[in-house]
Amino acid sequence: MPDKPRTLAEKLWDAHLVRAGGDEPDLLYIDLHLIHEVTSPQAFDGLRAAGRAVRRTDLTIATEDHNTPTDNLFTIADPISRTQIETLRKNCAEFGVRLHPLGDDEQGVVHVVGPQLGLTQPGMTVVCGDSHTSTHGAFGALAFGIGTSEVEHVLATQTLPQRRPKTMAVTVNGVLPEGVSAKDLILAVIARAGTGGGIGHVVEYRGEAIRALSMEGRMTVCNMSIEWGAKAGLIAPDETTFAYLEGRQHAPEGAAWDAAVEYWKTLPTDEGAEFDAEIVIDAAELTPFVTWGTNPGQGVPLGAEVPDPASFTDPVARGAAERALEYMDLAPGTKMRDVGVDVVFVGSCTNGRIEDLRGAAAVLKGRKVADGVRMMIVPGSARVRAQAESEGLHEVFIAAGADWRFAGCSMCLGMNPDKLAPGARSASTSNRNFEGRQGPGGRTHLVSPQVAAATAVAGRFASPADLDK
Amino acid sequence: MEKFTVHTGTAAPLRRSNVDTDQIIPAEYLKRVSRTGFADGLFKAWRDDPAFVLNQPRYDGATVLVTGTEFGVGSSREHAVWALQDQGFKAIVAPRFGDIFRNNALKGGLLPVELPTAAVEWLWDALEGDEPPAVTVDLAAREVRAGERTWAFPLDDFSRWRLMEGLDDIGLTLRHEADITAFEATRASWLPATQGA
Repeated sequence: MPDKPRTLAEKLWDAHLVRAGGDEPDLLYIDLHLIHEVTSPQAFDGLRAAGRAVRRTDLTIATEDHNTPTDNLFTIADPISRTQIETLRKNCAEFGVRLHPLGDDEQGVVHVVGPQLGLTQPGMTVVCGDSHTSTHGAFGALAFGIGTSEVEHVLATQTLPQRRPKTMAVTVNGVLPEGVSAKDLILAVIARAGTGGGIGHVVEYRGEAIRALSMEGRMTVCNMSIEWGAKAGLIAPDETTFAYLEGRQHAPEGAAWDAAVEYWKTLPTDEGAEFDAEIVIDAAELTPFVTWGTNPGQGVPLGAEVPDPASFTDPVARGAAERALEYMDLAPGTKMRDVGVDVVFVGSCTNGRIEDLRGAAAVLKGRKVADGVRMMIVPGSARVRAQAESEGLHEVFIAAGADWRFAGCSMCLGMNPDKLAPGARSASTSNRNFEGRQGPGGRTHLVSPQVAAATAVAGRFASPADLDK
Repeated sequence: MEKFTVHTGTAAPLRRSNVDTDQIIPAEYLKRVSRTGFADGLFKAWRDDPAFVLNQPRYDGATVLVTGTEFGVGSSREHAVWALQDQGFKAIVAPRFGDIFRNNALKGGLLPVELPTAAVEWLWDALEGDEPPAVTVDLAAREVRAGERTWAFPLDDFSRWRLMEGLDDIGLTLRHEADITAFEATRASWLPATQGA
């Protein structure tokens, strides 16, 4: 009898079961554990207190990203941030964990570093004490964010007890129109599903429009899975995945490469496998997207207006919209294209990769950032920065009047010196528009790198096509 | 971890949905390397408002927070759980929680209690009324009781047992160390290593 058809998520789960059944949750083996300075100090303290070691230092890697400055590579001015970074360095030295510190060629945002080193591969389980670990699902790896207690658990045991999640398919049929990016696609998905729409599910993004995305675009889509509550986001590995990986530092070589590819080709969801839920989207209907509120689900097409809270039938959504508009200082009916911005931020684990910088540079070439607008461009890693400079992208940014910076999380999360001032409004390629996310009182609108760049030039929300009008 | 069986205490009504982790504790407070002392960052943006629920004397010493749906969505910061515990909370009642927050809460012994929206709204009204009832969270019976009302809440048997016994997850997993070692022997040789083992 043939095996029951399985989804990609089910195959990944089954392949990592250390033990299953009985009264306990499944115990999953973890193939790669990414560490950064913010969510790890208390976990290492826990190991020390219990006299435990890191079980698999060879499956663990650390970098510094959340606290680091992006205007220089040497001076962490804030003593509390400096202590946290120094604590990571001491812990990595004591426990034998590989670390890429500030100033290292491979330093950068943890979710940019793993893939570019070739450490994130199809079929793996990847965890990190950071919710945007879902990024790595773009390779067909089961990747999810964990808390500090779970970080300690993985350090000590290389496993995690987990309940088997439900599965969901997001099928994007057709072809994305010209000028519509992966970021626009995922913002539209979240607006449709709501911030809680994915809770309890591993989501697989499928369909023609997903297959056509580059690895960078796929990472952008999977990155924001957590923004609609999903446990993880997945995209089945294919030739695009293999081409990205081949030749990378930690990718298999020779016969091992062939064996790996043979296995990876068995991973895609079987014909006839069933998902617990499905969302179907027509790519042709998508346009550049922008958020107007204080959660990533509160978004509209760029050509639309700020919605009237009264138009929401669900009282919870209506209340949330009322509060959001008050915080964002926006009036219902205002055209998004009429909303001016103070700051434009291009970067983060969502949109800080080379293709994102190329996208912004293509719009900025031969143009100037509008008077009164500050534009920051922050590469996702030191290597992305070096690549951008080898392509001359930095010259485009600097000529346009943008600020070209060093790698880090920067203005995504208000934890380092790059903060939005109270009341200031940003167009940001990051992932969260929560109240105060980019700095207390700051107002964040999430956009793609292309829309961010066009907005910087226009001084208000704009698409690249608007600049030619 | 402290054992949790039955808890009765003052409950505070937080009439908001989608309270994300950045609202529970902003990133600025995540620079610390300790596991305690986060109460000063709890709901930071709202704490200066005298009308904010936790600033009202009638909810002094609250140990149960009753809040709207999708509480704790967003970041993986366990500091959100620590800040709530440092403030004295033992249980959070909401219709639905962000997955990572819920996991973190269960690890740390802060009980996430899922009640239907109608129950949460009844509690909000009662807690804002003239005689707010004490709220009992009974993990043994998987029940919430307030005034004359009782609601059942869902929690899997394993998590319930762990919390009632106050057990450390790592210790539980290490009972299966032989299984872990056996699994490791089956891993494909091409899988990447960050350094020599």
